[in-house]
Amino acid sequence: MDQMFVNIKAALVGLSDKVFPDWVGVLVSIAVSIVAIALLGPLIMMYLTLIERKVVARMQNRIGPNRVGKYGLLQPLADGVKMLIKEDIVPRNADKVLHLLAPILIVAPALLVFAVLPFGRNMTAVDLNVGILFFAAISSIGTIGIFMAAWGSNNKFSVLGGMRSVAQMISYEIPMVMSVVPVLLAVGSLSTNAIVEAQADWHWFVFTPWGFLGCVIFFLCGVAECNRSPFDLAEAESEIIAGFHTEYSGMKFALFYMAEFMSAFTISGMTTTLFLGGWQGPLLPSWLWFFLKTYGLIFIMLWFRATLPRLRVDQLMALAWKFLLPLSLVNIVATCIWHFLSDEAFFTPAAFLVPLALLVFSYWGLMKLNQPYMPEKRVYPLVD
Amino acid sequence: MNAEYSEYLEQYLFVGLFALFALVFGMLPLIAARFVTPKKPSKSKQDTYECGLEAVGEPWIQFRAQYYVIALIFIIFDVETVFIYPWAVAFKKLGLEAFWAMMIFVGILVLGLLYEWRKKSLEWE
Repeated sequence: MDQMFVNIKAALVGLSDKVFPDWVGVLVSIAVSIVAIALLGPLIMMYLTLIERKVVARMQNRIGPNRVGKYGLLQPLADGVKMLIKEDIVPRNADKVLHLLAPILIVAPALLVFAVLPFGRNMTAVDLNVGILFFAAISSIGTIGIFMAAWGSNNKFSVLGGMRSVAQMISYEIPMVMSVVPVLLAVGSLSTNAIVEAQADWHWFVFTPWGFLGCVIFFLCGVAECNRSPFDLAEAESEIIAGFHTEYSGMKFALFYMAEFMSAFTISGMTTTLFLGGWQGPLLPSWLWFFLKTYGLIFIMLWFRATLPRLRVDQLMALAWKFLLPLSLVNIVATCIWHFLSDEAFFTPAAFLVPLALLVFSYWGLMKLNQPYMPEKRVYPLVD
Repeated sequence: MNAEYSEYLEQYLFVGLFALFALVFGMLPLIAARFVTPKKPSKSKQDTYECGLEAVGEPWIQFRAQYYVIALIFIIFDVETVFIYPWAVAFKKLGLEAFWAMMIFVGILVLGLLYEWRKKSLEWE
């Protein structure tokens, strides 16, 4: 069961090796992986829309989509067909080329990131030795696409949303990148496979103080990176309509949607890989563990959306620069201390408590530094 | 050509092909939609969307300097990443001296961040 998909791929490559020369086998192996991802990506996205609508509906005491197919299971297909046959409206004043290129440029990196996700044992499409760097580099290309969409639409709401979005995404990228460094320190490799291998026997990094903090920072920044609520100022519908994709309709709009949901999945998948032990787990097949953990994190994202109100711009920027960034820098120091004290053992009391004390102290200190301005308490003499 | 080198080539061949494929992946639905969507352009439909009112003025305007300040700080810390990632990967082999060297480097950047903080250029009004 565990190696089911790996065996299918090996069988296909073996089949081509019997008939064709060696180099065709290489191409077949590449093609099988690419096709698998190309089917998986849209499938994940389609059912994520349904899951989101169902979960948020339940949290708001509604039922959610249940008309198309049993439990609304065919709803994503119906939505897809609707998107496909909608008219594609391009505003007269828009920059036509940018307007067309933007959705393509946003979807491409969202799909590319799947290449380094370890879906299970031996199930990474390509085990790059710079996997994490690849992830960070490729996922930040989306920013350019968003700004192209905003600028190309020639609409005030779009430009406002685009500017907000870019400011937000570059601000949150720094703590996100910094919160990965502790994992690199502990593993000594950028390869996603090596990171998962290092977390065998329940040595998940989330169980260490620095790993827990890193996990929280990485996940929060990831939610901000894919512009999901409560960080969805770029598409705040009550202020700026739909932000950068105000002027998009039909399939182009669907591509934005697809990119957003696929990056929600890859961010959760990366958090799983880096901190929650990836596909490591007892009894069940490794790929099932990966999907269970990833969908657990996605559920938390949906929970955020149903629970939290949107942040204000100044709060958003302050959170990234004045709280998450210093905290992730302290986290790097805490990991170094952990490394020097622990002497290659995963758990020793001294190596656990000293970084924990440092992190709690700096958390408290930063909370004090970031004390928000509180107006004086108003007194109503006539009421009391 | 040794085996490790050809494995590298294979990996980057994958990345290259996948990058090309990802672009095609984005274009395919748009091309498919070309054939099935209705095309009924009209004057008011192609106006800039502004809640039903005539658009007044130009959206392509100068933006606040604040955005550029944030972008500059971003670049400084992004470059820091370039230095800190290789250090982090090699950390176990390097030992205590490398730890102190990186602490001095990060310390200088933190001083810069504190300066920005005191200058209130991280404040957003």
